[in-house]
Amino acid sequence: MSHPTSLHHRGLGPWSWLVLAALAALPPLLAALGLEFYTVVATRVLIFAMAASSLNLILGFGGLVSFGHAAFVGLGAYTVGILADAGVGSAWLAWPAACLVSGLAAALIGWVSLRTRGVYFIMITLAFAQMFYYLMVSLKAYGGDDGLPLPQRSQLGFSLDLKDDAQFYWIALALAALTLAGLQRLLNSPFGWLLQGCRENEVRMHALGAPVRRVQWQAFVLAGAIAGLAGALLANLSGLVTPQLLHWSQSGQLMVMVIIGGAGALWGGALGAAALLLLEELLSTYTIHWQMGLGLLLLFVVLFAPRGLAGVWKRRGHG
Amino acid sequence: MDWILVTEQLLNGLQFGLMLFLLAAGLTLVFGIMDMINLAHGSLYMVGAYLAASVMAASGSFVLAVLAAMAGTALLGMALEWALLRRLYERDHLSQVLATFALILIMNEGVRMLWGEQPLLLNTPAALSGPVELLPGLLYPSYRLLIIGLGLLVALLLWLGVTRTRIGMWVRAGASNRPMAMAMGVDTRRLFTLVFGVGAALCALAGSLLGPLLAVQVGMGESILILAFVVIVIGGIGSIRGALVGALLVGLVDTASRTLLPAALRLLASTEVAANVGPALASILIYLLMAAVLFWKPQGLFPARSG
Repeated sequence: MSHPTSLHHRGLGPWSWLVLAALAALPPLLAALGLEFYTVVATRVLIFAMAASSLNLILGFGGLVSFGHAAFVGLGAYTVGILADAGVGSAWLAWPAACLVSGLAAALIGWVSLRTRGVYFIMITLAFAQMFYYLMVSLKAYGGDDGLPLPQRSQLGFSLDLKDDAQFYWIALALAALTLAGLQRLLNSPFGWLLQGCRENEVRMHALGAPVRRVQWQAFVLAGAIAGLAGALLANLSGLVTPQLLHWSQSGQLMVMVIIGGAGALWGGALGAAALLLLEELLSTYTIHWQMGLGLLLLFVVLFAPRGLAGVWKRRGHG
Repeated sequence: MDWILVTEQLLNGLQFGLMLFLLAAGLTLVFGIMDMINLAHGSLYMVGAYLAASVMAASGSFVLAVLAAMAGTALLGMALEWALLRRLYERDHLSQVLATFALILIMNEGVRMLWGEQPLLLNTPAALSGPVELLPGLLYPSYRLLIIGLGLLVALLLWLGVTRTRIGMWVRAGASNRPMAMAMGVDTRRLFTLVFGVGAALCALAGSLLGPLLAVQVGMGESILILAFVVIVIGGIGSIRGALVGALLVGLVDTASRTLLPAALRLLASTEVAANVGPALASILIYLLMAAVLFWKPQGLFPARSG
């Protein structure tokens, strides 16, 4: 409470433990209700919450509208898939490798892309993502268009078994919670203030002597690495890695999640991922034309809740 | 590699480039004048193709089908602009992306509800189904020649319209400095609706002409939309001349590299590698081209905006 500025992101404080406990209790609850299938859906939501939150770091807090974020998710997934294909099934090797590969790709893409601004930045990040998409399509040794099935889920050791959906859910929950907590700390640190300062007024930050490009680049690399981890989890969840993961419509979907959740709100990515995926799930049980409903809803959000779900919440909470 | 193949590929590239130009011209004007990212531009192209296929099936006349598709899509475009998009001009790019992404979902699903899941057939008009001998030994489909001719004609008309007419002058004024154009008494609201309608009609023209060559199906708009964006970014947003140069560049690079690159690779590596890597490399080449252009000319080849 000592920082009433808009740069300080409070999160839920002690309430976050309660939310975490409630989320952790979900698998046994679903099992008791005979709805085990929804554990997988919930895991998917958690994974996309991570991916969308990483995009929110650069898009919402950095003001860098990247239209190629799916590339990092996809690269992470392919790293796990290709390593598993080569016989490396340990999560302790494969998952950090996924972060590393995606982070390196982000370092390269960010270095070139951050020379451009605005719309041109949107388009150049899209261009790079498309290059990786076609690269994966061309990898005939790893399935090409059809994708690469994973022989099995990664092994964690310590008598943990990812084949068990509930255990997989808890691992994903732990990683998502760590990601969000880490992002909160980062955003409330001097680095986070610099990043948000660059979003508000780049020229002024330059004049103050801030290393604008470097800060943006570091955030871009970090976001890429987190997306890579999300990709590693996603590969394990679906048991299949396809070029579709890197397609531009996936990048668009991540962007939609961030925007409906609330760009530049700590919980924006997570809220948006949950809202979009659960809505898809819900609408598709009622009608095969659920995309129509989803589209109309999105239009409604743009026209009447321009700051996303987090914005609505904030308005209610603070009058 | 003989000259017949090369000439054929150059003509194909020209034909694809001109169709891309039809899409890019509307997109670049909307983007340049209204500073509006319209992801739903590809959906108008899809609607145009579907309208053309329906009218063709009902009447049997290809000319009528193309004209009806253009008129119908122009009306739809203007209605969309009037009812929805107009509210988004003052909003940030994120809102525009989200709203037009929603429009893609709605229009895709709408088309699926009206016409069903199966792709539609749009046949080449019977009179143009055979090939023409351009030069001794060089046979070329007459339908593709028609597309090239029409594309060149529309490009010329558009160029004349933008550079030689009063409305064109307003459009250029709007693209280079909108507030100044408004201060000088240009009715930008009406102008925007008009530009949107023309852009939509051009989309429908491209959709109905490409319909017989590609499949008329849901989702056909999205893949070509990204190429159209690449074109206008390479050319410089808001510039018709840039859109034409960018479209021809992308069309030629795409078509030529798709056939010539695998052939070239075959000389260097094994046939299998060439067959696998060639097509993907060709697709990558376009984005490489765009990244390179943006790297050295961050505003595109022909920047339209002043200051």
